[in-house]
Amino acid sequence: MSLLNIKNLSVRFGDANAVPVVDGLDLTVDKGEVLAIVGESGSGKSVTMMALMGLIDAPGIIKADALTFDGQDMLTLKGKQRRQIVGKDLAMVFQDPMTALNPSYTVGFQIEEVIRQHLGLSGKAARQRALELLERVEIPGAASRLHAYPHQLSGGMSQRVAIAMAIAGEPKLLIADEPTTALDVTIQAQIMDLLLDLQRDQGMALVLITHDLAVVAETANRVCVMYAGQAVEVGQVPSLFDAPAHPYTEALLAAIPEHSQGAKRLATLPGIVPGRYDRPQGCLLSPRCPYVQQKCRDVRPSLDPSVLGEVRCFFPLNQTVTATQEPAR
Amino acid sequence: MTTETAIAAVDPSTLYPSPLKEFWQHFARNKGAVAGLLFMLLIVFCALFAPWVAPHDPSEQFRDYLLTPPSWLEGGQLQFLLGTDELGRDLLSRLIHGSRLSLMIGLASVLMSLIPGIFLGLVGGFFPRFIGPAIMRVMDVMLALPSLLLAVAIVAILGPGLINTVIAIAVVSLPSYVRLTRAAVMGELNRDYVTAARLAGAGLFRLMFVTVLPNCMAPLIVQATLSFSSAILDAAALGFLGLGVQPPTPEWGTMLASARDYIERAWWVVSLPGLTILLSVLAINLMGDGLRDALDPKLKNAV
Repeated sequence: MSLLNIKNLSVRFGDANAVPVVDGLDLTVDKGEVLAIVGESGSGKSVTMMALMGLIDAPGIIKADALTFDGQDMLTLKGKQRRQIVGKDLAMVFQDPMTALNPSYTVGFQIEEVIRQHLGLSGKAARQRALELLERVEIPGAASRLHAYPHQLSGGMSQRVAIAMAIAGEPKLLIADEPTTALDVTIQAQIMDLLLDLQRDQGMALVLITHDLAVVAETANRVCVMYAGQAVEVGQVPSLFDAPAHPYTEALLAAIPEHSQGAKRLATLPGIVPGRYDRPQGCLLSPRCPYVQQKCRDVRPSLDPSVLGEVRCFFPLNQTVTATQEPAR
Repeated sequence: MTTETAIAAVDPSTLYPSPLKEFWQHFARNKGAVAGLLFMLLIVFCALFAPWVAPHDPSEQFRDYLLTPPSWLEGGQLQFLLGTDELGRDLLSRLIHGSRLSLMIGLASVLMSLIPGIFLGLVGGFFPRFIGPAIMRVMDVMLALPSLLLAVAIVAILGPGLINTVIAIAVVSLPSYVRLTRAAVMGELNRDYVTAARLAGAGLFRLMFVTVLPNCMAPLIVQATLSFSSAILDAAALGFLGLGVQPPTPEWGTMLASARDYIERAWWVVSLPGLTILLSVLAINLMGDGLRDALDPKLKNAV
């Protein structure tokens, strides 16, 4: 049984008729797996994870057929029991390390707080464990950093501290919400290496929310491509990059600057994500899709099995070619 | 990766400066603030040791020396350094004893508006749906009334006196704390560390008082300092109107009011209490400026 199981999740803000921000999403994550969720801004990547964590507040409405983590139903879990799971078995690393730490307390205090809460250690033992965690995330001079305030640390170092806090409870699933977006390129690579190293080391599952496809290609086992709140394609990593089935995935891959070398302009997908008032009746990508046909404009497709994964398209690309290339799946 | 030896051989000088030291460095850069702090320390010293510092009892009447001018003027007496008032009481002693009251009023009214103000502001920021706007509308109504008028109205209802003066001033300055706290809380709530704290299992009260509140303190400390001075000013105004502390208690505003009739014959009886009020309010405001510069991270590196 998979570690995380999401069935038909939808999240709306406002009343029940509001346009869903996440629409009928199915997602599973197995133990020790690295799943990447990609998509442009506003496609519902982060909201999905917030819903899982129970962080969607009042005007937000969460509906799902199933939302289970490690056999626990996250929809009905309340108060104390939820707090015992979230933060310990299910942890998160945020995008901007500069705001992810509380400016009023030292790094050591903040890590120890998590340790006291979730591991029941206190005093010297907690301090020792915090030191071990800082050393585990490869912070130089860990002992002196325990007394540092967040504004005295660089961005990369803050992100390492945030990771140390997240892995303090030895989580089974770590969600990294664009963990490298706010960092510069050399630090990005170090942080990704660290995350993957930890993932292999502790055998935890990792959900990587990102729009950096290069990172996905290097790290993930599986990818879920989201567009306007829907999963449009789910597939294994090498095959999805070699033969994207959904036109949106293809456009995303074409938009990587390296793929446009020699060309005068970078490849783009014209138009913008449909908003609240201009959602098309048919396929959500139909106004922007280069392969659009009349059926796409009239009927909304569902997520169906394709040759190599699942795709939400009536006319998926690369079907015959990959079928001959990889006959046995 | 760094080796174990590198970790063991951390130079103590690379350790981070304590927040207090860092604060003092920023504060000391502002000369006006330091001057204000020194003057305030003098006044606090006078207030604490008033019976020993003051040369005479504040209500002892020297009937032979009515309206004696300050000692450096013609006809001045060395035993009455700043002269005497219309009843022959030593002005310096009354000013020194008055500092006790003024500081007490300032401190008490700041505390009495700061604590409920912070609480209401936190509640207003954490419950933005119904409770928050309700609190803010009540505060808006209070802000819509001129502050002195409101204070006068409250004293008129409760009756004049020291405690009621403090209550009136506290109520008048409450809305600014609530507004400041709420604004700061709403800014902080969007930050990832609050989400992280919620994820780590922090309850509502822990979020309010441990996670968010310390990060909102900088503007509140500054506002508390500044309203300390306006509390002294308001108390003096109420005393002047005869609604504050009642004579013969030496209070700066009351002294000002009772000496009003002698303004042409004996200027010192009016000017000296007024000057004292002016100087202490100025000192506190300068100090507040310095505090703001030292505590507000946005201004930290601006010279």
